[in-house]
Amino acid sequence: MSIKFSQIARDGFWNNNVVLSQTLALCPTLAVTSTATNGLGMGLATTAVLILSGMMVSLVRDLITSEVRIPVFVLLIAAIVTIVDLSMNAWLHELHKVLGLFIPLIVTNCAILGRAESFASRHPVRHSMFDGLMMGFGFTVSLVVVGLVREALGSGTLFASASLLLGDSFHFLELTIIPEYRGFLLMILPPGGFLVLGFLLAGKRLLDRKLAATDNKTIPVEFSGTDQATA
Amino acid sequence: MGTVSEPSYRKRVGYHAGLLWAMAAICSAAMVIGYTATFKDIQQRQREDMLSSLRQVMPDEIHDNDLLADKVDIPVDSAVIAGNTLIRVYRARKQHVATGFAYQITGFGYAGPIEIMMGVDVNGKILGVRVIAHAETPGLGDKIEVKKSHWIEAFKGLLLGAPPVEKWLVKKDGGQFDQFTGATITPRGVVKAVKQGLEFFQQHKQSLLQGNTAPAAGKSS
Repeated sequence: MSIKFSQIARDGFWNNNVVLSQTLALCPTLAVTSTATNGLGMGLATTAVLILSGMMVSLVRDLITSEVRIPVFVLLIAAIVTIVDLSMNAWLHELHKVLGLFIPLIVTNCAILGRAESFASRHPVRHSMFDGLMMGFGFTVSLVVVGLVREALGSGTLFASASLLLGDSFHFLELTIIPEYRGFLLMILPPGGFLVLGFLLAGKRLLDRKLAATDNKTIPVEFSGTDQATA
Repeated sequence: MGTVSEPSYRKRVGYHAGLLWAMAAICSAAMVIGYTATFKDIQQRQREDMLSSLRQVMPDEIHDNDLLADKVDIPVDSAVIAGNTLIRVYRARKQHVATGFAYQITGFGYAGPIEIMMGVDVNGKILGVRVIAHAETPGLGDKIEVKKSHWIEAFKGLLLGAPPVEKWLVKKDGGQFDQFTGATITPRGVVKAVKQGLEFFQQHKQSLLQGNTAPAAGKSS
């Protein structure tokens, strides 16, 4: 039952990364990553829902029987997403205008149900919330990477309109790497998402294999260092 | 969950049904509370949004009245402007003389309706066009938003006759408006809606401008 926080962090970010290892949540991954900023927005909103749903599911885990667990999880997640959507609309209106398109999409994110089922329903609240945070972090990073590649190749910019999402102090993130670029449509359209995702998946497998070859026993320890620094 | 030591009452159908019922009740209650707690703020935000989009299509210097207060609803044949049966026109006045009109129209893009606010002066010249709400593809069709691109500003100063009516199309269709890389349907929908908006003004210009010569006429409701 007791699982170490460092293990949760490693799993969420790398070993069991939502997109790159579990290949879950591909619908939002492919749909919104036409720019890095969109990927970041979706990732952050999903992380918030993952943390909250982890908490709620973990709180009621002793009451729930396995026969009705799925409808209960779905109810909880849908309620959380709805309330997050309403509160952001009321009190974080500017952010809601940017993220508004993505928030209802979160309900359909099977990774959230997946974490409720496989982690939060079996672990204490603190661990479940931390798992939500780390899974969300891994998801966000994957989305941003896919978005960065697609945006750079597709529109020749990086983090376009990031200041709308993060505030004016983040104007420096917005880069035009290829001025007067006419755009490469394929990368912005869904096929671009599949292509980039395919290369990323293959890349992760390759990297994992190389790492396993150098350190025969487990997935290398050096990742725990970076994980904790960022967590 | 599902362990061997599970007490027997948890295996009963009644427990499952009760659990589901209770969860549904709790979640619904939470949503009702969330909805009522945010209702006023959301309404307020939407009013602010409306006012700020009105301001963008109606320059401050041409009016001195409260735009949100001076409005008139004009029934339209829904064949003329798809989706709307009533168009709410906000009147701008300077010293009680109407100087411009702002109204919301609906265009149809790639992913459903696009809500557009447009402002025209008394001669039907466009003062500004802004997209208020849409569900177009982020990164592609959302360049109709002024925050994402300057595309929508190209409408400013145009009339129904200048450019000629047949040029109110995107370039791909032989018109004069740019389409976006990867998104033709979205700008096509916006151009069509703005053109229909101008036609709407042409048709109702008379009634909107009625009594405008007499400053003392003041506010008509």
